[in-house]
Amino acid sequence: MFYREAGDFKTSYVDDSQTFPIAFDRYRYYFVLVIAFGIIPFIINDYWANAVMVPFLIYAIAAIGLNILTGYCGQVSLGTGGFMAVGGYACYKLMTAFPDVSIMIHLLLAGFITAGVGVLFGLPSLRIKGFYLAVATLAAQFFLVWLFNKVPWFYNYSASGQISAPERFVFGVPVTGPNVEAWAKYTVCLIFVTGCAWLARNLTRGTIGRSWMAIRDMDIAAEIIGVNPLKAKLTAFAVSSFFIGIAGALLFAVYLGAVEVGEAYGINKSFLVLFMIIIGGLGSIFGAFAGAAFMVLLPVLLKNVLVGGLGWDTALATHFEFVIVGALIIIFLIAEPHGLAQLWKLAKEKLRLWPFPH
Amino acid sequence: MKDMADGYITEDGRKIGGVMMEMKNITLRFGGVVAIKDISFDIREGEIRAIIGPNGAGKSSMLNVISGFYHPQEGEVWFHGSKRPSMKPYQVAQQGIARTFQNIALFEGMTVLDNVMTGRLTHMKTNMLQQALWWGKAQAEETAQREKVEKIIDFLEIQHIRKTPVGRLPYGLKKRVELARALAAEPKLLLLDEPMAGMNVEEKEDMSRFILDVNDEFGTTIALIEHDMGVVMDLSDRVVVMDYGKKIGDGTPDEVRNNQDVIDAYLGVAHD
Ligand SMILES: Nc1ncnc2c1ncn2[C@@H]1O[C@H](COP(=O)(O)OP(=O)(O)OP(=O)(O)O)[C@@H](O)[C@H]1O
Ligand SMILES: [Mg+2]
Repeated sequence: MFYREAGDFKTSYVDDSQTFPIAFDRYRYYFVLVIAFGIIPFIINDYWANAVMVPFLIYAIAAIGLNILTGYCGQVSLGTGGFMAVGGYACYKLMTAFPDVSIMIHLLLAGFITAGVGVLFGLPSLRIKGFYLAVATLAAQFFLVWLFNKVPWFYNYSASGQISAPERFVFGVPVTGPNVEAWAKYTVCLIFVTGCAWLARNLTRGTIGRSWMAIRDMDIAAEIIGVNPLKAKLTAFAVSSFFIGIAGALLFAVYLGAVEVGEAYGINKSFLVLFMIIIGGLGSIFGAFAGAAFMVLLPVLLKNVLVGGLGWDTALATHFEFVIVGALIIIFLIAEPHGLAQLWKLAKEKLRLWPFPH
Repeated sequence: MKDMADGYITEDGRKIGGVMMEMKNITLRFGGVVAIKDISFDIREGEIRAIIGPNGAGKSSMLNVISGFYHPQEGEVWFHGSKRPSMKPYQVAQQGIARTFQNIALFEGMTVLDNVMTGRLTHMKTNMLQQALWWGKAQAEETAQREKVEKIIDFLEIQHIRKTPVGRLPYGLKKRVELARALAAEPKLLLLDEPMAGMNVEEKEDMSRFILDVNDEFGTTIALIEHDMGVVMDLSDRVVVMDYGKKIGDGTPDEVRNNQDVIDAYLGVAHD
């Protein structure tokens, strides 16, 4: 009954292109922000931060990034892990080379560096499409991991070949290194997620977003209305890699603290983020969040229920998770390519008409 | 039709200006197939120019040459009095040429409004950073463009489907949305490839009215391909007739109708 546009008429085009055209949606969005910034930091503990909230926020950024490239611009990429690695290593090099500069700036710069690398690997997309582009990005994935393994300069010649984040502070509070508290980790990630989601939303609702979608839906028609395919695809690679780079940098500096490239940024990461946007919904920012939440929560949930509750073997539970994710991917690809976001939208449409469906 | 120094006056009293686009000796080959054979014709400011001919005559190929999809092996394209260098389709669009396709080419995943908004891309000036931050300028531009787009939506009477995803629309409406997207660009030259194919009589009448109104109200020059002879005779000021890649007629509808080569081509007289 409350979820209505009734009496909520738009009197200007500015209002009509709002992110949340229905007032109730808008309030719920502010409500989420208030809880996320005003309440959770004060009650979060180590378990919730490390097992759920921090990975959720970081992967949400990566999923927004991949969704811009794949969901909005239609360019399939299997290089997400590699681009996250670029973000992580860029952040590490910056942190160690310029210890006096704020870590927040380094995280941002890591995004810009990854954007540059993304553009470079995006160049083939002008010639090749679909499956072949996916293979080319897969090659980028393996090349980047190999590079960070092979060239000692990237890990400052450390004996282990790993990189580990030195301690850095924001307003006197440690946000990287061994003494980070749960709430600090969470808050840093939350700030970046909020900023990234806002930027992504602005870009996708405007001119550039429409030229990405035009390329995705029909590249011939896109060209005829004046979209320069080179510019559209490369900006999509740049923006997408910017977000993915920030996610990779956060994963290294704030979440894990120390990483080995193959383990943290391997091909599984590419698939994980791809699954997130397929399940969450291609071409939707909300979908990126939904998919990230789903893929982060599922293993936690299964572990608690199957291993903790029913006493299953851990290995068996892990395998069961693969089966579920695999089945879901197939179901979503066939039945609902727009993922959880679309299911949510349909539910809302039903709710809008409820209780008089006609 | 009355000839003037630079242009002519049509039977219904409209003033047609100088040459806007001129195709000079265009030849286009696909491997062994010659789709266009040494064809020349011009399109004048403000006129409605039809291109007709049997299936496979090379009409669509000609539009594709104009819009930069195909690059002819021989011949020159002149636009506004100067020779046009080889161009990509998006560059042609930026010169003020818009078009629709024989097989509808809309963005199926986007709403009608978004589809028509994409038509204004060539008029958008804000850069990516401004858009990302949704600063005053980006928002103001979006609103200004939206106002123009709404006018076109009103003009083509598609207000009621504004927020509908294009994929869900019936064929006739899709054709109209595609026209709206082309019009949103405020083109100087509008190319229409069979805008009425597959429509019923009523839809054809609507579409004819829109085409005439566009020409009349916005002064847009229009080149259209159409198979329905009645429509062609009613709408167009001058007609080019093609057959097997060659030009077999060029003139007013009446002249073309009485041209023996054209009659033969349409009656299917055997080629030797
Ligand atoms: N991309 C292409 N590659 C090869 N041959 C082509 C191509 N485009 C057109 N042709 C050929 O050029 C000739 C002219 O085709 P075109 O589509 O221009 O004809 P048309 O006059 O538009 O016909 P219709 O009335 O059926 O639309 C045909 O023989 C066609 O097979
Ligand atoms: Mg054709």
